Amino acid sequence: MSTPTGTRTGAPTDAPTEAQQRTRAWRGEADVDRDEAAERMTSGTLGGGARRLLVELLRPHARLLWLLTGAVVIENAARLAIPYLVKEGIDVGIPPITQDGDVRPLLGIVGVVLVATVVQAVSRNRFLVLQGRVGQDVLYQLRRRVFRHFQALSPAFHDTYTSGRVISRQTSDVEAIYEMLETGFDGLVKAALTLFGTAGILLYLDVKLGLVSLLSFPCLVLLTNWFRKASARSYRVTREKVALVIVHFVESMGGIRAVQAFRREPRNQEIFDDVNDQYRVANLGAFRLVTWFMPGTRLIGNVTIAVVLGYGGYLAYTGEVTVGVLAAFLLYLRQFFEPMMDISQFYNTFQSASAALEKLAGVLDQEPGVPEPEHPRALPDARGELHFDGVGFSYVEGRPVIPDLELTLPAGQTVAVVGTTGAGKTTLAKLATRFYDPTAGAVRLDGVDVRELDSDTLRRHVVMVTQENYLFSGSIADNIRFGRPEATMEEVVAATKALGAHDFISAMPEGYDTDVANQGGRLSAGQRQLVAFARAFLADPAVLILDEATSSLDIPSERLVQKALRTVLAGRTAIIIAHRLSTVEIADRVLVMEHGRVVEDGSPADLVASGEGRYASLHDAWEASLA
Amino acid sequence: MTMATSSSRALTGPDPDVQPPAGVHSLWRLRGYLYPYRWQLLFMLLAALAGVGLSLAIPLVTAAIIDGPVTDGEIGMLPALAALALALGVLEAVLIFARRWVQNKAVLGLETTLRGDLYARLQQLPMSFHTRWQSGQLLSRATTDLSLIRRFSGFGMLFLLTNIVQLVVTCVILLLMYWPLGLVVAAVSVPIIWLSMRFEKSYVVVSRQVQDEQGDLATRAEEAAVAIRVIKSFGRSEHVSAQYERAAEQLRATSMRKVRMSATFWTFLEGIPNLAVVVVLALGAWGVGTDRLTPGQLVAFITLMLSLVWPVSSLGVILAMAQESMTASARILEIFDTEPAIVGGTRTIERPRGHLRFEGVRFAFPDEPGEDVLKGVDLELAPGETVALVGATGAGKTLLTALVPRLWDVTGGRVTLDGVDVRDLDLTHLRTLVATAFEDPTLFSMSARENLTLGRADATEAEIEEALEVAQAQFVHDLPWGLDTRIGEQGMSLSGGQRQRLALARAVLARPSVIVLDDTLSALDVHTETLVEAALRRVLADTTGLIVAHRASTVLLADRVALLQDGVITHVGDHRELLATVPAYRDLLAAEDERAEEMSA
Repeated sequence: MSTPTGTRTGAPTDAPTEAQQRTRAWRGEADVDRDEAAERMTSGTLGGGARRLLVELLRPHARLLWLLTGAVVIENAARLAIPYLVKEGIDVGIPPITQDGDVRPLLGIVGVVLVATVVQAVSRNRFLVLQGRVGQDVLYQLRRRVFRHFQALSPAFHDTYTSGRVISRQTSDVEAIYEMLETGFDGLVKAALTLFGTAGILLYLDVKLGLVSLLSFPCLVLLTNWFRKASARSYRVTREKVALVIVHFVESMGGIRAVQAFRREPRNQEIFDDVNDQYRVANLGAFRLVTWFMPGTRLIGNVTIAVVLGYGGYLAYTGEVTVGVLAAFLLYLRQFFEPMMDISQFYNTFQSASAALEKLAGVLDQEPGVPEPEHPRALPDARGELHFDGVGFSYVEGRPVIPDLELTLPAGQTVAVVGTTGAGKTTLAKLATRFYDPTAGAVRLDGVDVRELDSDTLRRHVVMVTQENYLFSGSIADNIRFGRPEATMEEVVAATKALGAHDFISAMPEGYDTDVANQGGRLSAGQRQLVAFARAFLADPAVLILDEATSSLDIPSERLVQKALRTVLAGRTAIIIAHRLSTVEIADRVLVMEHGRVVEDGSPADLVASGEGRYASLHDAWEASLA
Repeated sequence: MTMATSSSRALTGPDPDVQPPAGVHSLWRLRGYLYPYRWQLLFMLLAALAGVGLSLAIPLVTAAIIDGPVTDGEIGMLPALAALALALGVLEAVLIFARRWVQNKAVLGLETTLRGDLYARLQQLPMSFHTRWQSGQLLSRATTDLSLIRRFSGFGMLFLLTNIVQLVVTCVILLLMYWPLGLVVAAVSVPIIWLSMRFEKSYVVVSRQVQDEQGDLATRAEEAAVAIRVIKSFGRSEHVSAQYERAAEQLRATSMRKVRMSATFWTFLEGIPNLAVVVVLALGAWGVGTDRLTPGQLVAFITLMLSLVWPVSSLGVILAMAQESMTASARILEIFDTEPAIVGGTRTIERPRGHLRFEGVRFAFPDEPGEDVLKGVDLELAPGETVALVGATGAGKTLLTALVPRLWDVTGGRVTLDGVDVRDLDLTHLRTLVATAFEDPTLFSMSARENLTLGRADATEAEIEEALEVAQAQFVHDLPWGLDTRIGEQGMSLSGGQRQRLALARAVLARPSVIVLDDTLSALDVHTETLVEAALRRVLADTTGLIVAHRASTVLLADRVALLQDGVITHVGDHRELLATVPAYRDLLAAEDERAEEMSA
């Protein structure tokens, strides 16, 4: 199941369109996942989770936000003052010049305009910088928090929440929020202040002319409201369509080998042309909204200006208003309609930010499945005795994978665990490393419940190697040192020599300093696995768990690793999980598991010698395959 | 040196890490895509120019109203002039609407066609191209680059032209109206244009740095996500988080530099025109006072001047956009210019028997032309025969199998099918005859059925059922929507073994004459492997099979085994026979062997 929280609906509430049906024919049915749900929720307002997170993020910056508000109010006041001052210039400054050539009133007004201009410029600058700082701080804190949260969440969470989604939460979603903080606040505050400020000034300048101008406001509100709702809808459709295009594109290119080998090109093109055109239609819908909205606001603005010109001209003719007032009106109306253009942009930013907030809030609400202890016990050195003390475990309630396990692995013993898929071998390993917590009983390391150890202590003592031999960007030496960064070069070399990995690493162009991302890309799967082994051995844990760790190796490499294991495992507790018996040979003790229970337990020789039982028959089949 | 690089470039196609040279010619070469919309473009241009005229005319009407009816008391003209202002205002809105309406259709059509063509070309390009380009790099061409071109061809190109026209015409009008003020405006425009062009340059540098650092941060996030289990296994979350935070802090510092830079720029950009207003107000009011200028003209003047702010300040942005879209076009053309190196022949095989021969096959990767990976492979598979291919990791086994359906082409020798060189065969026909089940099975985010019938869209239910049974993949029926369940990255997640079984079913369903199994059973547990092998024997009985094998159990499916060593087939024979007589073979397939070795040592 892609997510446990999905609801089983193929499409939103509307009946599927023809295009949707066409798409479903090849795309198949699936649960709606949380991300899609978050996208669908957006309706031009902030949802509950989104609002809560936004408030949480902004609260620490309350003081800066007040400063910011101060700067923006001053800036807008200065900006709004300028047309008024132009009016004063015309009405108060000009007459003295006409009468007796006195330019002092005019110069006085011009001086005030100059001051207003400078104030506006300075406060604008401060505003932009402050806004940037708040935005960047919020962004930084958010990134930190999300990253650490993903780190804290249990592997069980990461099993269902794919890495692709983890990445997009930390990139595109975080950036969408920044974009809203950067452009949204500015645009919104500016529009609001302009709206109310202009209304006030217009009424102050002249009530009648002011009221006539304000007739345009309801039209604007209606138009904007329509646009907000319509664009929320079309935003959603566009996002869905572009996601289809991207997925199909990326998968066809990523799987081009299969595409070409199976002559899939024509069918792929057919599908791509279809989703590409659906995306075009969706975009066309979104663009058309703007096509109505932008000229719509322009029309309202122009009609208002024409009405003000006619009526204002008449009032000026009768002497009720001065030429300066008329001029100021025209300038104010211009200023007023300009920020409306930004609103169309703002809504898209807002949509994606609100969906992003919703998704991030969803992630941050996830509790870590294996919480850190509040009062961790100290365990500086571990002998390595593992005790599964009446352990029960189930992934899904009522269907136990391990019903009730009582098992002690003495310090220093090498134990092999075999059994069919689903027998609970890997679960055993995951309980010992605390990737999961048991639903009953306790796992004890040297008698201490592992839940009482903080994760760094536990994992210093218990290390697991799986088939996942991930190499981090950086040098090979850095990768080997990952578990113990303070290790010397001699120790690194000692670890690789024990594994027989020293030769191929030395043969690389820059030896241990070879960058994994560059030449390291040529490491074979087996070689990468040897590096992963070296990493584990260098970490020097008391308990080492190998979960199918050798199954991606070819036989010569596997043989090499086994030879190394005999020496490396001496003196530590080891659990080796394998479905190939070759790995089992070096064990002191074999456990055969079935349905979460240990059904056979003994030394490999004894179990084979008994001649009956599952291990003996597995061993026979294996010998036969080698013949 | 230059010749060497250019010739190797010719062999391998464009390099994803090198930015192609871009210029006006790059954009010009895409003109063919605009051609179908030439009338629309012409209309858009005329509408935009008319819009410029209107935005000039409205302030002039304002001036006439203030000077005529108001100042001189000619009230009779007022209704006519007001009606004119209204008509012009409505006309302007209508023109904007019409231009945008036409523009939407044209530019989206352009973008969609380009994207479709790009996809088509990419599907034709061979593996030698795709192994060097990650799908993410290709995606950014199909999305970001295309929308840059779309925006420039719809919006940028148009406004580059009209803004210049508006700037020139307005300056002329202002100069005619009252030349000292006209000069002020013209003089102010120069520093703004200069400033915005200079700003764009340094801004682009910082933006690049921010982008790089964002990319770095994204890489770290990706690493931490993909390697979460390794990080947890070693208890190193703290270490990784600290690294991430350092990078995030670095990004914050750089971003603040960008913020400060753009704050300064916008301050000047808004400040300079406002200062001009101060000068214009002072000079203009004095001019009105001394009868050199009418009040209406002063108002018109200030309005016109303010209407220039956007066209002037946006010139820098639009020029930067032009630059970006040239780069984007060059990046796209680079892919259109790459010729598909693998083109099919014309021959077909009427009654295919599946007689496969490798004759002195040599192969070298295009970026290392001197180093042959395969150095003369000779191998013959009789119709219906199954041969296992054994060799050390990196010996070139997978590569050898990929030469049959021409995912790669031989660089020497030839591969024949029923006596015909595969390069002479029609490509689609060849790939109908050969089907491969790959080691890492590629599943697409589509229904299980669509994934299964990849090679044969017209397969019947019964045939699908049969293939599922051979591959022991009946589990698909237990999925929530059965065969209609979406699988892959965006759907149900399947285990490695389940994925391999689907890939096998897919190859079986294609009913090929030659089936290639590239270590297809590696992720299956022993029990399932036995069941699959039993079923596979039936399929392989009358199909030619080439099996890449790492385990003895898989080798046993084959009639004969071929050992690939150092680029040649050194031994061909029966499994037991090779095990007994060839030490290198024993070394590869017998884990038991070690004890014997130790005893003898």
